[in-house]
Formats: sequence, structure tokens, C-alpha cells
Amino acid sequence: MQLRPILSTLRRHKLTATLLTLQVAFTCAIVCNVAFMIVNRVQRISVSTGIAENQLSVIQSRSIDRDDHPLVQHRTDLAALRAIHGVESVVAVSYSMPLNQNESTHGTCPSKQALDLAIKLNSLKGSGCVTPSIYDGTPGLIATLGLRLVAGRDFQQDEYVSARKPAVAVITRALARHLYPGKQALGQSMYDGDSYVRIVGIVDHLLRPRLRSPRVDNYSMIWPQRPDGSSVLYVMRSSPQDRQLVMKAAAAALMKINPNRLLKTHGMQTYTQIRASYFQRDTSMIGLLLASALGLLFVSALGVSGLANFWVQQRTRSIGIRRTLGARRGDILRYFQAENFLIVSAGIVLGVLLAMLLNLLLMKHYELARLPLYYLPLGALMLYALGQLAVLGPARRAAAVAPVVATRSV
Amino acid sequence: MLGYYLDLALRSLARNKVLTALMVLAIGLGIGASMTMITVLHVLTDDPLPERSARLFTPHLDPLPLNYRQRDDSPDPTDNFTWPDAMALLDAHRGVRQAAMAGGTLLVRPTHTRLRPFTADGRYTTADFFKMFGVPFAHGQGWSAADDASRARVVVLSDTLDHKLFGHGHGIGQMVRLGDHDFRVVGVTAHWQPRPMFYADLVAPHYSDGDQFFLPLSAAMDMGLPVNGNQSSWQRGDGANNLTSATLTWLQFWVQLDSPAQARAYRQFLVDYSAQQKSLGRFQRPPTEARLYSLMGWLAHQNLVPDDVRLQLWLALGFLGVCMLNIVALLLAKFLRRSGEISVRRALGARRSDIFLQLGIESCVVGVTGGVLGLMIAQIGLWNVRHRPDDYAHLAQMDVPMLLGTLVLAIVASVLAGLLPAWRACRVPPALQLKTV
Repeated sequence: MQLRPILSTLRRHKLTATLLTLQVAFTCAIVCNVAFMIVNRVQRISVSTGIAENQLSVIQSRSIDRDDHPLVQHRTDLAALRAIHGVESVVAVSYSMPLNQNESTHGTCPSKQALDLAIKLNSLKGSGCVTPSIYDGTPGLIATLGLRLVAGRDFQQDEYVSARKPAVAVITRALARHLYPGKQALGQSMYDGDSYVRIVGIVDHLLRPRLRSPRVDNYSMIWPQRPDGSSVLYVMRSSPQDRQLVMKAAAAALMKINPNRLLKTHGMQTYTQIRASYFQRDTSMIGLLLASALGLLFVSALGVSGLANFWVQQRTRSIGIRRTLGARRGDILRYFQAENFLIVSAGIVLGVLLAMLLNLLLMKHYELARLPLYYLPLGALMLYALGQLAVLGPARRAAAVAPVVATRSV
Repeated sequence: MLGYYLDLALRSLARNKVLTALMVLAIGLGIGASMTMITVLHVLTDDPLPERSARLFTPHLDPLPLNYRQRDDSPDPTDNFTWPDAMALLDAHRGVRQAAMAGGTLLVRPTHTRLRPFTADGRYTTADFFKMFGVPFAHGQGWSAADDASRARVVVLSDTLDHKLFGHGHGIGQMVRLGDHDFRVVGVTAHWQPRPMFYADLVAPHYSDGDQFFLPLSAAMDMGLPVNGNQSSWQRGDGANNLTSATLTWLQFWVQLDSPAQARAYRQFLVDYSAQQKSLGRFQRPPTEARLYSLMGWLAHQNLVPDDVRLQLWLALGFLGVCMLNIVALLLAKFLRRSGEISVRRALGARRSDIFLQLGIESCVVGVTGGVLGLMIAQIGLWNVRHRPDDYAHLAQMDVPMLLGTLVLAIVASVLAGLLPAWRACRVPPALQLKTV
């Protein structure tokens, strides 16, 4: 295939060819970054919480009685909820659940020396101290949530406290690794400036109520602490198909025991709903990104095939002449394909540079990570395929031009 | 002549229906996506009080110790005021009007109706609040400075809450039970809902329902009512987390200053106040850290526009850019293909401007049709945005300026897209082309 005639033709359509090249370049730059953003968001929303998500439902109750006794009320409520048909187990927690945004954190150090270092540095960074999220709850929390204990044990009855800090805790494996790198974390005592808390168990995963960065998102700690506030979350475990029924029955049962409470409609959710509402923005963003990437590719394909279409019409006569002079249909087809390949190639070269530039901009303003390089050849491949597909129709029409056209005028 | 050119344009466009439709679709998609996001941004950055915003300011002091380290993921304590500083500024009366405030959520226990108790968001503030922000009243009025001083248990209700509690009558003079205390209703506001709710704490929802009640800050402190929003403390120990502590920020403070001279004087007052506190040993940082933000300046500083929305806007504009490139290339190819026709017209005496006008009209037809389509796509886009769970979502509507803006954008875009191809085509020389025909 000779490229020279193609190049000299393109030189005569410099402006049009440049515009199309630019279009391909911008599409390449945007689509590469958009694809990367989609992958990032998909990774974000598919994070594992470590709990039995599709078996849990949550109901929030807030007492409006001035002189109630929360601990007594919770015990009565729990007994009633446990009796509901379909409820396998139920616990009360103050307000924190993975991904429900209601979080309490607690500065924790692996040792007193680490705390002293943190005070000296006036920063937690480099001291080994962290601020994990705290989960509290009545006995049975670990089993009800479906957490996987990888070492140690669950809490014993006499370890439960209310209102004050407990003496023991269960922490996640990620937190254990951070606090005691290379050491056995089980049995160690963490220090928070006032008291020591001994680690009696380690669970595999337990995501925090609010995400920060993947490195610290599993820094959670469970306290054997009964909720003692006027507002409480009851977490019920049942089979997935029973969840709606269980929630309805639970609301009725709670109101029957004591109507002096608020059960907000948005406080009654299956865990699936809690998770979905946490990631709602991400899912709508994924939809938008996907739509814009497809839209861009569509518009580019439209540009390529539209332009080829005009050029075929414009060159009908010269195609006829070439055919008369002995060019086969395949030659004509390949001519247009090669022309498209050239334009797309130029666009991709420019587009790869633009993609990296755009990525730098996004990194600066939107905390996007660096674009992995393998996205670039993938994007290029896609644009080549798209270009060839888009040009196929017009090129075949060009190949179908009969030699006799050469003898007609215009 | 214009009518004839329009006819020519329509004929030319009809000759290639599929391609014309696709061009219109491309420009419509680009404009629709851009206008959706521009409207959302417009809603998010709108002036909440267009008539007063120029005269409203929020001062900011820096009572933090020198060694305080600001963490990335925690709020800046200097965004809010400590109780002693807010009271000092309030008592100094250096502005035309000034008010300190904080948000609070209380349980409302209806006594006149059979409604079940419910929670309502409101504001604890001081007497000047209503006149300074120009809150309209349907009945009654706000409370006085004397009520602030005597910690009077009075309340101003929003029209919504008043209607909910008292039906069609109004509750002036009646008692309302909020939390565990009774308050006497002294005023009912007419509908008043500045968006964004600029005077609220940074973590409060800025675009959802406005305040349902207003009651004196002094009374709220007296009764120990719960306070919403960030409370940032930088000292450990007894009493450090009391609301009256000098090392805990939680209040918002606004001041009305009617002229630039007053604003300058007020800023100087803030610096002097900081210097005085520093000489007393309370402040450690330079007094010039004291700031005075205008209302719009404060909103810009708070940066209420979510990153995702900004990103979506850039994406939409990028998309529009690619669509425009596409249209320019297609129109150019289309016009140049008609070089023969153009050169015949030129040879027959048509001026360049005639050709330019003829082709310009053809691209305008594409652009305006695309713009109308874009307007429809933008409505679908906004409908989609309204179904997002974000608090600003329900505001995503096009007002008249935005509607006109869309049309202007569509026409500017199409004229720009048509300009280059039409200019290039009108330069086709007459004779040269005639030879090949």
C-alpha cells in the first residue's frame, strides 16, 4: 500500500483533516481518563464491609420520654424484637454501622511511649497512633453482624459496661497490623492517654461508618459497651426475603411496648439500602461517566463516517478513474481504511499526550490517582477499531463505484 | 434574500437527512449536557439575598494556639466563634446590626393538634437577626435586645411550622413546647428561605428546608438546649468543652456594614480586638489573622460546590467541545464538496459575503435546531438531577436567565461552528473551480 498519494490528498484537505485529528485526540484524552474514573468508582463502591449485608435490617428508635431508663428500655425492646418470627438475632447499637456516616472515633496508641512521641511531634503521623472508628453494642454484636473472628474470642458477659470505657476491645486485622506491625496484637494493651484497653479478639474486616482512603478504611474497634442514649439503632438479622416483614413487625412491636418514641421512616432501612444510599453519588457518577464516554465515542464515530462519506462523494470521479486504470475494489477499500488509519494515528499520538496532561490536571484538582499507562494503548486500540468500523460503510460504497463513472462528467 | 437562503439551506440539509439529524443530535447532546451542569452550578452559587448580600459580612478571628496543627479531614476551628469572642463583638456594637447564632434541632410536642411529636431544625440567635437579614414577618415580629438580656422564653415560628401547629389561625401569644420547655410565640415569618443557607455552620445542609423556629441564644444557653454543627476545641481538661469556654468554637457571627468605610473600620476593629486579646495572653497568633468576609466571599471560601458537580461540568464542557469540533469538520467537508456550485455562483457575480451568508444560514439552522434539542435534553438532565439524593437536587430548575442562556449558548456555539467552514468556502475562487466542472 502506497501512503504517498493518501498523504498528498490529505494535504489538500489540511483543515478538515486537522479538525478530525483534533477530535480524535480530545476523545482519546477524555475517554482514557473517564474510563479510569469509572474503574476507580466501581472499585470504591464494591468495597467489602465485612458484615452479613443482605441479612441485616436496622430500625432507629428515639425516646421522647424525659425520665426513661435507656438500659431497661433497650432490654425490653430487644426481648420483644427477638420474639418476632423470622428474627434470628438482634442487638442494639448507639448509632454507628459501617457506611451509615454516623461515626465516633477515638485516638488510640499502641503504647504509652507512642503517645508521648505523638505529643512531642504534635501530630499522629509517624507516632504509630491512629484514630479508629468505635463500634459499640449489646452482647451478640459480632455474631449478629456476621463478622469473622480470625483470632481470640468474642466478649464475655462480665466485660460489658455502659457509659464508661471498657477494659477490653476487639479490633480489625488492619488496625492490629498498623498498631503492632510484625507483632502478635492479641493480648496487647492499647493506650489512649487515660487508660489501657486490652485486645481480646481480631476480626477480619469491619469497614468504618465513613470512608477516607483504602489504607485506613478498615481501622475499626469494637467496644463491649451497651448503648445508653435516648436514641438507639436495633440491628436485626433475618433471612434476606424476611427483612421487610421483620421491619414492619419490629416497628409495631416497639410502638406497642412504649409509644413515647420516634421511629423515623428514614431510620428504618435494610442494610442494602444503607449501603446504596452511601454510594448513591458514586453510582450516579458512574452512570454519567459511562454515558459521556459512550456519547463521545458515538460523536467521534459520527465525525469519521460523516467525513468519509463526503470525501467519497467528492472523489467519485477519481475513484472511477483509478478503477479504470486497473485498481481493484480491495485497493479502493484499503485506500480509505489507510486514510482513516493515518488520521486516527495522528489523533492518538496527540491524544495520548493530552490524556496525560488532563490526568495531571485532574490529579491536581480532584484527587484522582495517576493514570496507569496501560489505559493508553487500550484507548488507542479502541479508537482504531471505532475508526475502522466507522469508515467501513463509506469505504465500501467507494469500492462499489463502477469504472464507467470516470467517463461521465461530474 | 434571507428567505431564499433559508430555503436553500433546508434543501441542502434535507439532501442528507441522516447526517443532518446526527449533526443536530451531536450539538444537542453537547449543549444539553453543558446546560444541565451550568444550571446546577448556577443554583449552587446563587446569591441567597440579592438585595442585602453586599452589606452583610462575617468576621473571623483566630484564637488558636501557635502549635495547633490543622488536619486535612477535620474542620477549621476558626470558621466559627467562641462564646466570649461572639459576646464581645456583640456588645461592642461596631456594626450597623450584628447577631450571633447557632443551629439546633428540637423535639416539637404539639398540644393543639393530635399530631405526634416531631423534630424541627431551628436557630438560636440574637435580636438583630431578623432586621439584619430582612426576614419578612406574616404576624408579630422578632424579639428585642431586652428579651435577649432577660433570656426570655419567646420563639419566632416559620410559616410552615406555624401552619402545622396552629392550622389556619396563627399562634401569636400561644405557647409552644420545644424540647422540654414552653416558649411564647411572638412572631411568625412569611416564607423566607435563603439558598444556600449562608449563615449556617459548614456541616449543615445548605440547600434543604430553612429554619423552622428562631429563639433567643441566651435562653437556649440558659436551658442547655442541644446545638448542631461543628464544635472544635483545642484544650483538654475540665470545662474546656463547655459552650462558654474560650477554647471551643461553635457560633456563627454576622454583621451588617452599609459602606466600604464602615467595612474598613470594622476590619480595623477586629485587628484591634485581636491585638488586645493577644496582649491579654489569650490569642497567640498575629492580630492581622483577623478577617472580614463579604457574604459572597464567604460562600466562595466555604466552597459549597461538590467536587463531583465541578467534574461533571468540565466533562460536559469537554463533550460540547468535541461535538463542536465534529460539527465544524463535517460542515467544512460538506461546504467544500459544493465548491463547484459555489464557484458557479461566484462566477455569476455573487460576492463573497453572499456565499458566506448563505452557508452561515445553513450552519445556523443546524445550530438552532441543535439548541432547541439541547434545551429539551437539559430538561431531561435536570429532571435526572432532581432525583439525586443530594440536598441541592430539588433546586435544579431552569429559571428565565438560564433558559435564555441556553439559547444564547446554542446560537453562539453554532455560529462559531459555522463560521470557519463558511469563511473557508467563500474563499473558493470562481475561475479555477469552473474549469473542473
